[in-house]
Amino acid sequence: MMVILQRYGWEIARLMFEHLWLTVSAMLLAVLIGLPVGIILTRRPRWAKPVIGVANVIQTVPSLALFGLLLPVPWLGENAARLAILALTGYALLPILRNTYVGIESVSPELISVADAMGMTDWQRLRKVELPIAASVILAGIRTATVVCVGVATIAAAIGAGGLGELIFRGVASVDNGLVLAGAVPAALLALAADAGLGWIEKKLAVHQP
Amino acid sequence: MPTRGVEFAKVSYTPEGGHLVLRDVSLSLAAGTVTALLGRSGSGKTTLLRMVNALVRPTSGDVRVDGRSVSTMRTPEELITLRRGIGYAIQETGLFPHMTVERNAALSLEIEGRPPTEREHRAREVIAQVGLDFDQIRGRFPWQLSGGQKQRVGLARALALDPPVLLMDEPFGALDPLTRAEMQAMLKKLLKATPRTVLLVTHDLNEALYLADRILILADGGVVADLSPDEITASENPHVKDYVSAVNQMVRR
Repeated sequence: MMVILQRYGWEIARLMFEHLWLTVSAMLLAVLIGLPVGIILTRRPRWAKPVIGVANVIQTVPSLALFGLLLPVPWLGENAARLAILALTGYALLPILRNTYVGIESVSPELISVADAMGMTDWQRLRKVELPIAASVILAGIRTATVVCVGVATIAAAIGAGGLGELIFRGVASVDNGLVLAGAVPAALLALAADAGLGWIEKKLAVHQP
Repeated sequence: MPTRGVEFAKVSYTPEGGHLVLRDVSLSLAAGTVTALLGRSGSGKTTLLRMVNALVRPTSGDVRVDGRSVSTMRTPEELITLRRGIGYAIQETGLFPHMTVERNAALSLEIEGRPPTEREHRAREVIAQVGLDFDQIRGRFPWQLSGGQKQRVGLARALALDPPVLLMDEPFGALDPLTRAEMQAMLKKLLKATPRTVLLVTHDLNEALYLADRILILADGGVVADLSPDEITASENPHVKDYVSAVNQMVRR
């Protein structure tokens, strides 16, 4: 391990930064899209099934195939990182969208009726009641999406988007297990760290239900 | 605080795809009086109560609060104004689990945009009114409270905006008999000090006899008995007799 670090230390650090950049950008985009759409779906439940269905379909497309399919798309295909971020956003969307919808929908109808009976506006009900109670479920979705993103981002190296996958692909091509580990171990540690960190926040946000 | 009357004019209700729950119910609740609604589960008590603050819309007929038709209110602003003038207390599940006692109690003021100092002042007042020590309890969450304390906080919250109308849906249903008796006595005292138009849904005839000026029994989609507490024991109405004999049976046991 020390030998690998000595040989590839700086490269691992640079690629980890790229990996983080891809993951964090995709996650930010996915939250920016998934959270409001999930909220809107709770107000228009008829749309929930088709919209979550579409997100589900994106999730089922193999990542390598999705990167390949998007490559010829104008503007998108011109920049590998841009393409990778958008594809990763697609993968991260489902858990965020679904958990936002389910989290808000599972707030007790009794509490919703109390909020309405108190004369809360729809926005107040969302902000003061539904989102705080659903927060830990929503965060669980973000956590799942982050772990998926960290994993799928390694494949982004196949289209030249960088990240820790670059070491893995190089290692596989040159049958160098050390190089594969130099990419795989930091990627796994990144996923574990994200999982643990977000898990801790999720626990903090959990509402003690009676 | 001016008291307000509540009227139900030929109110019917059939849920979508369900059976008729209420048929042509007409009632007038005088301002400043306590009316208890009794009836079996599913008789439409809660439905009738929730029509007052428009949580449930009648299929036909009209509900009027202080002479204003609730059934025709459609805009969010109209509904919000109506609801902020009506206190609403239900069984202990009604407290928001992520808010402290202080925030729960003063939430009506918070959603009205009142300043924090006013909210704290009012929370202190209403929590004291329901017999709790504000400084001791203000930072606690609902799960840290006993059933009786939760119910008191729920009542305090319902009273925070000093509403002229108070809707109570089995507010003491989940409490042990001793705590329930304490709560009933406290509510009676509060209503004596400040009369409000109260609609109380309960399964407990004794509670109705103790608190209400008027007792209604709902069955078969309508009001089958409408009496004052004094008339209950002598009534020949079979629905009333069923209730009285059920209570007597429990006492004999």
